[in-house]
Amino acid sequence: MSFLNYLINGLSLGSVYAIIALGYTMVYGIAKMLNFAHGDIIMVGSYLVYSSMTMAGLHPVLSILIAVIGCMVLGVVTERVAYRPLRGASSSLAVLITAIGVSYLLQNLSLLIFGADPKAFTSVITWKGITLFDGALQIRGTAIVTILVGLVVLFGLQAFIRHTKSGQAMLAVAQDKGAATLCGIDVNRTIAITFAIGSSLAAVAGVLFCSTYPTITPYIGAMPGIKAFVAAVFGGIGSIPGAMIGGLTLGVIEILSRTYISSQLSDAIVFAILIVVLLVRPTGLLGKRVMEKV
Amino acid sequence: MKKRVLAMILTTALSALTLAGCGGGGSSTTGGSAAPATSGGGTAAAGGSFKIGAIGPMTGDGAAYGLAVVNGSKLAVDEINAAGGVNGFMLEHKGEDDELNNEKSMNAYNTLKDWGMQILVGPTTSGCTIAVSDLAHEDSMFLLTPSGTAVDCVKYDNAFRVCFSDPAQGTESAKYMAEKGIGSKYAVIYDSSDPYSSGIYESFNAEAAAQGLEIVSAEAFTSDSNKDFSVQLQKAKEGGADLVFLPIYYNQASLILKQAADMDYHPVFFGCDGMDGILTVENFDTSLTEGLILMTPFSADATDDLTVNFVKKYQEQFGEVPNQFAADAYDGVYAIKAAIEKKNLTPDMSTEKICKGLMEAFPEITISGLTSSSLSWDASGEPNKEPRIFAIEGGKYIVQ
Repeated sequence: MSFLNYLINGLSLGSVYAIIALGYTMVYGIAKMLNFAHGDIIMVGSYLVYSSMTMAGLHPVLSILIAVIGCMVLGVVTERVAYRPLRGASSSLAVLITAIGVSYLLQNLSLLIFGADPKAFTSVITWKGITLFDGALQIRGTAIVTILVGLVVLFGLQAFIRHTKSGQAMLAVAQDKGAATLCGIDVNRTIAITFAIGSSLAAVAGVLFCSTYPTITPYIGAMPGIKAFVAAVFGGIGSIPGAMIGGLTLGVIEILSRTYISSQLSDAIVFAILIVVLLVRPTGLLGKRVMEKV
Repeated sequence: MKKRVLAMILTTALSALTLAGCGGGGSSTTGGSAAPATSGGGTAAAGGSFKIGAIGPMTGDGAAYGLAVVNGSKLAVDEINAAGGVNGFMLEHKGEDDELNNEKSMNAYNTLKDWGMQILVGPTTSGCTIAVSDLAHEDSMFLLTPSGTAVDCVKYDNAFRVCFSDPAQGTESAKYMAEKGIGSKYAVIYDSSDPYSSGIYESFNAEAAAQGLEIVSAEAFTSDSNKDFSVQLQKAKEGGADLVFLPIYYNQASLILKQAADMDYHPVFFGCDGMDGILTVENFDTSLTEGLILMTPFSADATDDLTVNFVKKYQEQFGEVPNQFAADAYDGVYAIKAAIEKKNLTPDMSTEKICKGLMEAFPEITISGLTSSSLSWDASGEPNKEPRIFAIEGGKYIVQ
């Protein structure tokens, strides 16, 4: 029974990783860049909810909406200001470094605005969860909601990409930017939409993350950001179901190795498994092997 | 051509400005350090002034500690200056941020040394203190850490501390639990990546064995995975622990309290001085802390004149209720004052000479401060004082 408890905790942690990883993988798949500031957008989202809900006393739903829209705007603006001008740059490293810069900028800005003291986040999920088998199995409300939201986001994104014009445009840009432009697709606009979606997902992830682990500091985005990046690579970067599976697997491995092997070595084990997976399948679990045509 | 003319004019203007700056510097007091101090009130006293530096994390994870050390020591310096200084000499004070990072702490030390620091009150945390104590030892700079609790913080004979060491905290905690009979089965959750936390855990573990306390689970976490404690709590719960010992900082402790309540697990939580600050977490549901026991040297709720006065002044100046780090630093500055007076040190002495004088003076002085009514030191750098235990009731520290 305790195994089930651990498994559910792992799935809940994994769902948060998965939602963050979805943002990473979308941006990578379409814009071919690693947005290292993605983790910090989660932090911005959490602070937006905190300030509108706890400080201004707005309704939780309204606060989440503000956070989602705020992060969406932030994502689009950083893309326009910091990434787009560098898209044609000779080295793809330039935009990677810029992303790291944006990450530090966001951290230090929120340090300036909110200070370094941790703030306790009021969970937007007030449901206690369910207790089964006379209390032997306890599933927290946050865990259930996180897992459900993760699934909704996954299927929503899939449907969006398959059935809308913008989604199809994303697929086209992902395959070949030049050819997409020739077909009349506005590449810049498509990438901007990608950033808008990715960043609003980060806001959702922030709300879920802070509902489960309710302490906000300007640095909370960093570690989940890195773990989610690992999850995205694990599942095959660029693949949306891959990000979901990667995130869930990572969360479960982390919790189970902490339980049954060592609470200190769990991160080392997670990364060791990543190395093994990449040795066997260099493109990740669901990554497609793309033939380079000359 | 035009550009070159402009450049010429600019260069001339710049050098003129620089020269003017030099000329102005000549009118200020003694040689060496012409730069006006950042704080510390009347700097231009007759015979110069002692320069006291403070180091701690003023931004980032441990900001609450570092700000408290810098502010607490500044408050003491300002008070001493207002009352006429030490033997007629003023104190100058400057704080530097180390962001809870060893390298940055060493940089902060060097920055302060360039400023002319003669005595160091800091660093604030154990890891940083150990890193900086190497430098301070090489330079023969007197180091008094208000709150560096690891054993190695005072391994050099020029290093002293105001707080208890980690082993002392772990040992005293286990003794207290056994004496008062709180709890029957014990669990520990500690940060293995932090010398403070693992140091307390080790001595607690040893003393618990000696006292016959039954530890059912001892689980670690690291700074890279310090958000999810479901596993550690689940193990404590399954082991039937009714007391969970948390020798960790309050950031993580606030998460542990919340997650334990979520899983309907309500043991007694017992923390050390790193737990102090838990009530200051903004928007934190303090009802979760009800019954929490902690061993910390200072409570802002105490009613003696010294504490009341200190809390009032601190609040006026910094807008916050001071924590034990502020009190440790405040006592530290007063201890330095007592030691300077004991050996009649003067600011024109070399840093080594001041250091030597303070080292000789410290085991001889006894001060009455915020953290203890009789605070004294032995030559190894450890303080001698009674542990103070508080329990949180209704969001307030109650002396046990």
